[in-house]
Amino acid sequence: MGGTDSGDAVVLLDGVTKAFRGHLGVGRTVAVRGLTLGVEGGGIFGLLGPNGAGKTTTLKMMVGLLRPDRGTVLLFGRPPSDPAARIRLGFLPENPYFYDYLTGEEFLDFYGRLRGLAGRERWRRVREVLGQVGLAGRERTPLRKCSKGMVQRLGLAQALLHEPDLLILDEPMSGLDPLGRRDVRDLILAQRAAGRTVLFSSHILQDAETICDRVAILVGGALRFEGALQDAVSRRVLWYEVAVTGVAPGRLPGSVLSSSGEEILLKVPDEASLGELIRAVQEGGGRIGSVWPRRDSLEELFLREIGPGAGSKGAA
Amino acid sequence: MSGRGPTAPGPAATVGAIALNTFREAIRDRVLYLLLAFALLVIGAGRFLALLTVGDEEKIVKDLGLSAVSIFGLLTAVFVGVSLVFKEIEKRTVLTLLVHPVHRWQFVAGKYAGLATVLLVNTGLMGAVLSLLVVLRGGAPGPVAIGIVMIFVELLVVAAFAVLFSSFTNPILAAVGTVAVYVAGHLSWSFDLLKRRLPEGAARVACDAARAIVPNLDRLDVKAEAVHALPIAPARVALGIAYGAAYALAVLVLACAVFSRRDFE
Ligand SMILES: Nc1ncnc2c1ncn2[C@@H]1O[C@H](COP(=O)(O)OP(=O)(O)O)[C@@H](O)[C@H]1O
Ligand SMILES: [Mg+2]
Repeated sequence: MGGTDSGDAVVLLDGVTKAFRGHLGVGRTVAVRGLTLGVEGGGIFGLLGPNGAGKTTTLKMMVGLLRPDRGTVLLFGRPPSDPAARIRLGFLPENPYFYDYLTGEEFLDFYGRLRGLAGRERWRRVREVLGQVGLAGRERTPLRKCSKGMVQRLGLAQALLHEPDLLILDEPMSGLDPLGRRDVRDLILAQRAAGRTVLFSSHILQDAETICDRVAILVGGALRFEGALQDAVSRRVLWYEVAVTGVAPGRLPGSVLSSSGEEILLKVPDEASLGELIRAVQEGGGRIGSVWPRRDSLEELFLREIGPGAGSKGAA
Repeated sequence: MSGRGPTAPGPAATVGAIALNTFREAIRDRVLYLLLAFALLVIGAGRFLALLTVGDEEKIVKDLGLSAVSIFGLLTAVFVGVSLVFKEIEKRTVLTLLVHPVHRWQFVAGKYAGLATVLLVNTGLMGAVLSLLVVLRGGAPGPVAIGIVMIFVELLVVAAFAVLFSSFTNPILAAVGTVAVYVAGHLSWSFDLLKRRLPEGAARVACDAARAIVPNLDRLDVKAEAVHALPIAPARVALGIAYGAAYALAVLVLACAVFSRRDFE
């Protein structure tokens, strides 16, 4: 139903570089450097990296809003400047903003026309998609009265309007409350279940960790990692953090991370020493507050990648 | 083709949709009504002035009326026109709009078509009120109607410049540029005067170049004939319309070329 040939990359970047002029034309920021990346049809692809890593610049080149200085970008096998390449694309920009003189319904009706949806079908899709993003009953609310969260939901609605095969979403969960983040996550998962491809960017790792099939990590405009999520992070436990009360720390194994009042936070390297610690606490008449196995998460990977010597800006 | 799956609309549908949205934006802005109210006030004032002044009442009504249509039309073209493209870029609505299967030229054409529709409704309303006043004074509405049509053609040329300027600069500079084109367009005879005073060589070539670039809006001016009920040759009207349309089209093609090259950051 999706119509993408499996194995074919829906988005392809080859040696792409993009630089911006600095303020008042002074200096130059290389936002993306020599990026080669392919996104295959189906599944959820996360483009991750800290703020300023070049995620937005990369996505804007994919959808034809920016031209690369060097390299080639192909969207469904065509240059993104070709409107035919964008027929099966839905896009949500970062912190979107829409026409404040329109109502939600008028706005989606306008974009539905640009998608070639005919009269009754357009009306049906507008209703359907408003329901999908949790805005049923808000059809007539003027956009100037919409909260940031509502605008974000409308942004998703316009991206989904024509049931595209590829969704490119720039920080879709930013600026949303926990409930909103969950809704967006569920929506992305539903798109995958319907056989579509979702490519989204995020600087928040927890957003990606639970739902991405593949990730690419950008730091300073360059690709640091691309692959299956399980290859990016090992699920191995690195150490355990244990909160203990009612015992003096000197009598326990492990190193003290911090202590506040009664409670001490201890670090033990493995399961064997965790057992020793628990026994020692019980014998000393204390209590275990919590045990937290610390795994190698994307967070750690990030910190490693951004760590020392990860300069990102090239001045010229 | 069956209705399933995304398609791309034809160019007319795309341009039409963008034009409709542009028109909607303009008519939901108070500025337009303020300008229109002012214009109608001035047109109506012609009747009072006519009572106070010695002379042909009908001529005064026509003269003041046509001037008002022209000036308030210009203000509408400038106020609505210069922010058209700029606002879409500034507020970043262009980021979702241009990701649709829309050519950049279709965006420019849609914006312009929306602005032209606003000007059509605007001059149409002002023209209808003026014609009514003329008829009430016992005059024939024909010459005034021709005058209004030519003003509309002139506004189409000015609006094209407004869209061109707003596709690469901020609204203030775009407004200044647009008004400058309007003024220079009505002073094209002064280029000859200027040229005679300039030394031979580069300065005169520059003067000729400026004259060639600036539209000769006097070619579209039939106000004197309309006011004094002098005959207006149909050929002159037809040539004026052709000249204005060709000029506006050339400016729009340039605007499309500028816009097609743009990055949207
Ligand atoms: N329009 C612009 N002008 C100048 N510098 C820019 C512009 N857009 C982005 N940059 C710079 O390019 C780098 C990458 O930005 P961006 O792609 O927005 O990163 P991200 O989306 O990952 O936060 C940053 O250093 C940013 O300051
Ligand atoms: Mg960003």
